[in-house]
Amino acid sequence: MGHYLTLLASNIVVNNFVLTRFLGLCIFFGVSKSLNASIGMGMAVTSVMTLSSMLAWVIYHFVLVPFNLQFLTTAVFVLLIASFVQLLEMIIKKHASTLYNMWGIYLLLIATNCIVFGVPLINVENNYSFLESTVAAVGAGLGFALAIVLMASLREKLRLADVPKALQGLGIAFILAGMLSLAFLGFSGMISV
Amino acid sequence: MSNIEIAIAVVVVMTLVGLMFGLVLAFANKKFAIEINPLIHIVEDILPKGQCGACGFAGCMAYAEAVVINPDVAPNLCVPGKAPVAKMVAELTGKAAAAVEPKVAFVKCAGNFSKAVRSFEYKGVQDCVAASLLQGGPKGCQYGCLGFGTCVKNCPFDAMTMSEDGLPIIDNDKCTGCGKCKSVCPKQVMELVPFGIHVAVNCNSKDKGAVARKLCTVSCIGCGLCLKNCTHGAIKIENSLAVVDSAICISECNESTCLAKCPTGAITTYIKVVPKQA
Repeated sequence: MGHYLTLLASNIVVNNFVLTRFLGLCIFFGVSKSLNASIGMGMAVTSVMTLSSMLAWVIYHFVLVPFNLQFLTTAVFVLLIASFVQLLEMIIKKHASTLYNMWGIYLLLIATNCIVFGVPLINVENNYSFLESTVAAVGAGLGFALAIVLMASLREKLRLADVPKALQGLGIAFILAGMLSLAFLGFSGMISV
Repeated sequence: MSNIEIAIAVVVVMTLVGLMFGLVLAFANKKFAIEINPLIHIVEDILPKGQCGACGFAGCMAYAEAVVINPDVAPNLCVPGKAPVAKMVAELTGKAAAAVEPKVAFVKCAGNFSKAVRSFEYKGVQDCVAASLLQGGPKGCQYGCLGFGTCVKNCPFDAMTMSEDGLPIIDNDKCTGCGKCKSVCPKQVMELVPFGIHVAVNCNSKDKGAVARKLCTVSCIGCGLCLKNCTHGAIKIENSLAVVDSAICISECNESTCLAKCPTGAITTYIKVVPKQA
């Protein structure tokens, strides 16, 4: 139990995928302009990432390993995640229209995003068990949600600040992300998995 | 395994995996298909897409959906679209179209930097809402325009600019009367006036005459001279502020006699142009 909690905490703060591994930066900057949108995005990424890394684990261990085809991991995972997101979108649209209105539009944005793709790959690389890779994916998703919510809150405050003209918009957002990243550097070494 | 065998295995596995995902998706597409009324997209294309929310819905898409599906939603709720859009939406949805009264935004304040007294120098966040939280803002007059341009920033149709002396200027050609500026203004200094109104009061001050005059040289002091000079009874004084009844002003009056006697110039000629699309 303790091992799983460490893994979760490690992926949320210590090895935060956005702020220490720099994955998923495009959505991190694209959807962090308002707090509401960023919460929706965080939820969408967390759920898609968890489900897709569970599926990826199954495919990897029951299809690729028996045939000795581990070098196909990248290609198969791309296929898997892209079609899985499509499927999830259809199901949610049909059966949970409230949920779809909340974060349906973000689903397709993350179809081939590096963070959704990177987490299953890293799980496979680390030889995680099924439960371990699920926990790691939940942690990575929560870590992403934490990062994007922090960023969106800062950027909402920033809208009222007197930013030099040359840095307005994305310029100051990158500087902010750098500072957040430095702050998260303070967690490094706290937990080693 | 030899290279050939590996190549064959790759082709077989990738084909099977791809086929499996493809079949699942195709099956899901049938199973989870939702019928969306194509009319919704047609109606949405007609709407101006300012996403201003003047119709009372979350955005243009939400209104399009509501107006097509719900028989009780009127086709003329889109204020920016004015009569042409209302007519087209009504035709598409088979509802009776009622006229949309074309309106434009109007700033009920003429107290720019040189005319209005300021009680202190404000150096904080350059935003009207933020400024108004600090003792009601730096202006002496508690009813006037603060001039930080929150309305300008929020105009979805790019119809407003900020003048050098701190009052918003409205481009009547671009203004659609959506009322976004009115809803974001912390001082309620914006008003929507119908096109074709002859006179409008350039002041929002509800202070008594002497106080109002001390704080701003162009304030309405509620003296009532315009009321006495209006032959049609279109003007009232409420809370020492003149109010013009636009319906009477447009339909019955042509001479604007009320303007002549105003001691401060707070009542002015306004829009003489005829409505563009009525």
